Parts: sequence; C-alpha cells; structure tokens
Amino acid sequence: MYAPIRQIIPIAYIQRKRLLPVPGKVTVRQGGKVIATDAVAEAILEPEHILYDLARGLGVPEDEVEKYIQRKPDMEVEEGDVLAGPVGITRRVVRATRAGRVVLTAGGHLLLQVKSQVFTLRAGMSGVVTELHPDRGVTIETTGGLVQGVWGNGRLGVGQLSIVAQSPDEELTPARLDMSMRLAVLLGGACSNPEVLRLAEELPLRGLILASMSAALIPQALKMRCPVIVLDGFGRLPMNPVAYQLLSTSERNEVSINAEPWNHLTGNRPEVILSVPAGARPLETPDVERFQKGDLVRVVRQPFHGKIGELTSTPALSSLANGIVAPAAWVAFEDHQKMILPLTNLEVLK
Amino acid sequence: MSTLTVNADSVLAIEIGSINTRAVLFDVVENRYRFLGAGNALTTAGAPFHDIMAGVREAISQLEQATGRTLIGVDDRLILPVQADGSGVDRCVATMSAGAPMRVVAVGLLEDVSAQSAQNLANTTYAQVVEVLSLNDRRSTAARLDAVLRARPDVIIMAGGAEGGASRSVMKLVEAVGLACYVTPKEQRPPVLFAGNQSLAKPIRDELAAYASVYIAPNIRPAIETEQLLAAQTQLAEVYRQNRKRHIAGVDVIESWTNGHLLSSAMTFGRTIRFIGNEYAKTRKGVLGVDVGGSNTTLAAAFGDNLKLHVNARLGIGENLPGLLAHSAVDEIIRWSHMELSEETVRDFIYNKAAYPASLPVTNEELALEHLLTSQIIQVALKKIMRSFPSEAFRAGAGLLPWFEPIIASGSVLTQAPSRGQTAMTLLNALQPTGVTTLALDQNNLAPMIGAASSVAPILTVQALDATNFINLGTVISPIGQAQPGVPILRVRVMFNDGSETTHDIKYGALDIINLPAGQSATLHLHPLHRFDVGMGGAGRSGSVKVIGGMLGLIIDARGRPINLPADPGRRRDLIKKWHWTLGAA
Repeated sequence: MYAPIRQIIPIAYIQRKRLLPVPGKVTVRQGGKVIATDAVAEAILEPEHILYDLARGLGVPEDEVEKYIQRKPDMEVEEGDVLAGPVGITRRVVRATRAGRVVLTAGGHLLLQVKSQVFTLRAGMSGVVTELHPDRGVTIETTGGLVQGVWGNGRLGVGQLSIVAQSPDEELTPARLDMSMRLAVLLGGACSNPEVLRLAEELPLRGLILASMSAALIPQALKMRCPVIVLDGFGRLPMNPVAYQLLSTSERNEVSINAEPWNHLTGNRPEVILSVPAGARPLETPDVERFQKGDLVRVVRQPFHGKIGELTSTPALSSLANGIVAPAAWVAFEDHQKMILPLTNLEVLK
Repeated sequence: MSTLTVNADSVLAIEIGSINTRAVLFDVVENRYRFLGAGNALTTAGAPFHDIMAGVREAISQLEQATGRTLIGVDDRLILPVQADGSGVDRCVATMSAGAPMRVVAVGLLEDVSAQSAQNLANTTYAQVVEVLSLNDRRSTAARLDAVLRARPDVIIMAGGAEGGASRSVMKLVEAVGLACYVTPKEQRPPVLFAGNQSLAKPIRDELAAYASVYIAPNIRPAIETEQLLAAQTQLAEVYRQNRKRHIAGVDVIESWTNGHLLSSAMTFGRTIRFIGNEYAKTRKGVLGVDVGGSNTTLAAAFGDNLKLHVNARLGIGENLPGLLAHSAVDEIIRWSHMELSEETVRDFIYNKAAYPASLPVTNEELALEHLLTSQIIQVALKKIMRSFPSEAFRAGAGLLPWFEPIIASGSVLTQAPSRGQTAMTLLNALQPTGVTTLALDQNNLAPMIGAASSVAPILTVQALDATNFINLGTVISPIGQAQPGVPILRVRVMFNDGSETTHDIKYGALDIINLPAGQSATLHLHPLHRFDVGMGGAGRSGSVKVIGGMLGLIIDARGRPINLPADPGRRRDLIKKWHWTLGAA
C-alpha cells in the first residue's frame, strides 16, 4: 500500500505552485525574490456588471443604437463618461454610472464590467519565483526547514519564532502570552481556551503554531487574521516529537506560516517553513513510497494518536483489536508498547 | 435461478471512490456469473499522484493476486478481450465518485417548481448547487450574470416551461446565462444542460451554442405537478463524464477501457436499486438503498420503475464529516450513544476523522462513534430524499418511512463492521423501518458495479444479486402505533418448516430477536393488538408472511415510530446499551 508522507524535514528543497482560482494577472517576474506575504498575482473574484439599455436611454430604436455608441468593447471608461449619444435636439446621452471596462455591445445594450475589489494571491512562503503560469500564478522555490500540519485557518504570515511550549504536551494558557511576543510566531502546545486565541489576535501575533486545538475553537480561529496552524490534530494531543524537536530548536529563526486548509485533492496543506543558512544542502525526500518494515511512522488516530513509532513487521491483511480486517502492521513505540495498527492510520515521517 | 443461454463475457468492474479504488472480477462458473474476487487500493485522484491510474493499477494488481488471473499486459494496458492463455477480460465497466463535486447553477422559472426540479436533477449526481436563478428572485439581468460568474459553475442546469407552456420567461433567463458564458474565459465556460420546454430546445441551442456546449435533455417538469428526472440523467451523466475527464488525470484511460462508459457510482447504484424495485414490484412496497461513502452519501428508493435518487455530495463519513454539523447538533448525535460522550469528544473526533478520511477505528469505542455518526448521516440523507417520495407510496402514517422490501445497505463503514449486529443497529436507528422488511447488506460493496455491468452483461446483474453478495441481516418487524411502554402490542406465531411453532408476545418499547437460523424459512403469523399496524393491510389487521432467517434471525423492533428516547441521559444510555446487547452490537 502506498504510504502517505508527512514531511517534517530540517532542510528540504521546497517547491510550491501558487495559483489563482480564476484567471487574472501575475504581478511578479521570474527570478524575483518574495516573502510569504508578498502579492504574486491578482484577480477579480467577485465581478460586478451593469447592463445599460441604450435604446431606452437614448430614446431610439434598438437597430439604430449602434451608430451612437461611443465606447467599444474592451475600452476603459470613467464614471460620467459618455457611453452612447448624443441623440436629437436635446442631445440625449447615456453616461457610465461607474468606472469600468466595456465588455459587450449588442441588441441595443451595453455591458460594463465595473472596477471591483481585486483579490490578491500572496506567495505563502519566502523564496524565488522560478516559473510563471500566465494568468494563473507562479511556482516558488526555496530551501528551508519544513513542518506540515493538519489544519489551518487560511491565513499566512512571517515572523520570528518564539517558543512557549517547554514540552510537546504543554497546554497553552492565556497567562503564557505577553507583550514581549508581539509580532512573533508562537510555538504553543495544545490549546482549548478561546482566550488564548483572543489574545493572539489582540497582541497581535504573526502566527500561532499549535500541537492540537479543541475543534470547538475552529469558528473563532477562522475569523482571526493571525495565521493558526494545527500540527497534530484536534483535542488534547502532544506535538509529535520530531516536529517539536525541529521547531523548538529554531527559536528566533524566521518562519513563514501558510495556514491554508488541507486539500486532499490538490495536496495543498498547512505548513511552516523555517529559514536555513544560505548554502544548506537539502535532503532528498520522496513524494511517494510504500510502507515497509523499519519506517518511522506517526499514528493519526486513537489509540496512540500523535505517537511516533517504528514499523516492525511487513504489512499484511490482519484483524484489528475490534475485529475489522484491514492491511496492517505492528508498530513499536519508544515506551516499548506494541500494537497492530491499520496502515490507513499511519503516515510515514520524512 | 437464471441460467446462461448466451456466450458469457468475463467482466472487470472498477469503482473509483473518494477513498478507495476497487477492482472486481465477475466470470461464469458452473453456468452462472460469480463474484471471483476483489482488489482494493487507496484512490490516487489527489496528491501526490494526481492520477487515478496508480490506484486502479494497484487494485487490479491485488485482484490478479487474489484470482491468479493476468489482467494487465506487459505494456501496462488492460488485456481486452480474454486471450487464448486465459489472461485478460472481455468487458470492463467503471464507476466513479472521486473528485470534487460539480458546482451547479440551477435555473428555472419558479423557485419551488422548475428551479427546484433543476436542483433535484443536480442532486442525482455528485454535485453541489451553488446558485439558483428563477423569476422569483427579482434580480436584474446584470445581477443574475454576476451571481453566475461568482458561483464559478461547472455546469448550468436549466429547466422551465411546461410542455407547450411558457417560453418568453424562459428566454429571459437564458439571457443572463448567455451573458455569463460570453463573459467567462473560453476555457472555463460551463456547459449548459437544458431540460425544460422542448419547443425551446432549438432557440436555446441557437442562442448559447457559440459560447457553451449545450446539452438538451427531456423536460424534467413537463407539467407543474409532474417531475421526471430519470430521462435527463443520461445527459447529466455525459456532463459528469466530461467534467471528470477535464479535471482528473487517468479518466481518459478508463474511458478507453470501458468504451467511453464511465458512469457515476450514484447513478449505477440507483440502477441496481431500480432493478431490484422491478423484481419486487409485486410486493407493492418500495426498495430502499443506502450507500454511505467517505465524501458522499447516496440514497435510492425504487417504487416499481420509479426511481428516486439523492446524492448528498458533501456528507460522508470521511473528509466531509464536518458537513454533518451543519445539519445536526452534536447533542442530538450524542443522544443515540450508549457511551457517555462529551460534545467536545465528538467534535474533535469528527475533525480528526476528516483530516484522515481513510483511517479506521481500532477500538470498540471509536467503532461505536463512527457508527453513531453514520446513523446520523443516514438520518439527514433520509429526510432529504423522503421529500421526493411519491404520495401514493404505502406508509403507516405521515412522516414515517414507507413500506420497503428490502432495504439494502452498502458502503465500507457498514460492510466492514465486525459485528453484523452493529450494522443492523445503525440502520434501524437511522431508518426506523415500518411493517415487515428485510435488511440486506451488500457485503462486497458491489451494488454500483452491478448497476454499471447491466449495460454490458444484463444477466450478470440478475445473477449477482444473490445471497452470497447481498447477505440477509434479518427480517425486521416494526409495528406502528401508540401505547405505553410494556404494553403487549403484537403476538407473533412462528411456524417453522419442521412443523414446530413458537409464540411471542411483543411489548411496546422492546427490541427483540427471535431465533431463526440464516437461510431457514418460516411462516409468521402477525396478530397486532391495540390497532397497531404491521403492514398487513391496515391498523389492527392480522396476516401471515413467509420469511427467511437472516444473520441475526428475526428482529422485532417495537420501539415505536419515531423512536422516543428517554430524556434522562443515564436511563437513555442504559436502554440503548440493552438494544445493542440484544442485537450483539455491543
């Protein structure tokens, strides 16, 4: 069975495509350097149009309108510009009520696309733009430490990492947050207190990295401007030791947080990227591999949710503790516990 | 039992689900189609493969190991047809539910008439209605245009105009649709499926063909009181096929294997249920099918030839599990649990499962929780499809499930459960069947594939619907009426084939099992008391029915309809625990 891979890598070569949901305009050049919050492309997500009935406005038959049209398709207009006319002794005209671009003129009508608010696509990580995808976006590359998570609130940010969690299973309480953390990216543990999120927004923080979070806090987190990323799951789970080791030894390092939601189809998932010294050599990491004896795995579900262990048997169809039959393997944990777990409940750590 | 009278072809059936891809082989053994084996792999439509073929090949490779048959050649292609050395298959059929649901803009004249029918048609496949346009909404043409553009549809479904009815109003709505297609960049223009007044088919095609692919389907609302979705589903299936081809790599390969007959799993599931519906038409009851998937839940009900199909494209036991919270409060879910659970535990579980949709429950507690959520998902889906049930469907009262025979359950969460009692408990709590029915479990999850195979090997469909694939969980008898708990409401006399008899007095509120070994037939004489209705022709009417024992024997569900749970949490949990214990679900 193919193994899902969770990337927690001290030095990785990272390449990410950042694409607009609809065609738009790329605003950076190839080879340019960007940081996570830089705009790389823009588009209009919420288009707005006005349809002008020129025949009625000018008081002429539909088939005569064409000769009075002043603005042709693709022409930009400002508010108050004459779109069509003048007609007759009273010099009747139809004026643009908003600035925009003429899309179409036909059947005595003119369709104007109003200048609307532009959606800005941001880089999501620091790096170099290595490829432009015309009208859609860019590919950005960098070398850095990489920690992937399971949930994000859709925001992104950059800042210096500040370590609050002194151990992987520490609960982040409001008392642990103070003004010295302003504009920092905070590494916390588990969070179940809404006050923590309120304070994170108020300080403000540039990012909040959590081991786990109570799912009841999701609506609040989604409203925050500060990026929130959950690394291991919901409830009260300790941070997996591999991620904790990497992050907790990177205090004051610059980190980019892209807390985009995990999309299983596109493969986009929330992640933290740590800056590394120039010239650091990235480790080779496969995108795909099969489960095999000796793999370092993380358990993604109870029992042992969040624990890291080693696959000590060759995967085979097996009966689980509750009688379900599925491809499974023995996993041995650091505390010498062993259990047969389905492969679907494991991810390989790279 | 049907026997083959024609040369039979071996059939490879592939189902590409949102979580799992399955490959199943059917061939003729001893003059009859048999299910020979299955291969299972994780679906690879998403990252990091972005190509369904990795999962398909893995599933076929497992199938090859299971059956000892070579199906894929050295050139990595499916061997079609069977070769002299026995390798390959004669036919391949495939169904799919993987991928994001299609975004649909539904357009109709009146919001609760043709626009509703356009939405109902969308709900027969993996689609999400993201915008509705009708004459009721009073928006300007430009506002409607903007609404369509913001919705970014994959398809626009238009209905409206009874046959020989309105045309000008329909064309008014076409104006906004046409503008939207014109303004949308060429490569992103959605196809338009028109299923309205057929006299407008040509004008609409003329109006839109320059900017969009136009599909014309029979009118889904030929008269204000009549809705006919079935005929239009063929065109919708074509739209779906084109959409998957455009968005998911590898679909073109499957298309070449199946001669361009990739279908949605929901559609073929419905086809199977309709087929069974025809077989059971003489019972004057409907047939109900339930398929709970990772991302979608499909319910299909056949009343004779009349199929009602409803896909809940954002409601499943995997990635879309949080969608359940939009329909059900957490405390409502917990009420059905025999375990003491906090809202926080359930909410955390839902989001953890959504993050890892393929993960499996390992402990009994997690298994119970997954079934609790499955039951709630089915309840939500049932409420939606029940709105479309024909008013003439036989039922014991308003709001109750009509008489169904049988009820078929499919989907891994139900079929993988180690205890059949657990599956039965989940179905009974969710569906609350009435009268006399049989719970059947599609233990190899074949129903969608059998439906797909019907177009290339109809006899396979007939023969695959047997007790080896669809196991009988048990006959369920659910008397309908009102009484105080503990009051006798039904006398059941069981006359076994060996001439022996037993009599059971059933009290209101009870869930009981009467022992009848699997496969053994018996005649039941049902004598309801206090004007309870057991589906024998009216309240208080007695009658006899021949039944066959299922895995759980005979299930007497006298808990009332709807089931009223005690308000006190402790008492409630004790009672539910007792029910679980009775069915062996604990």
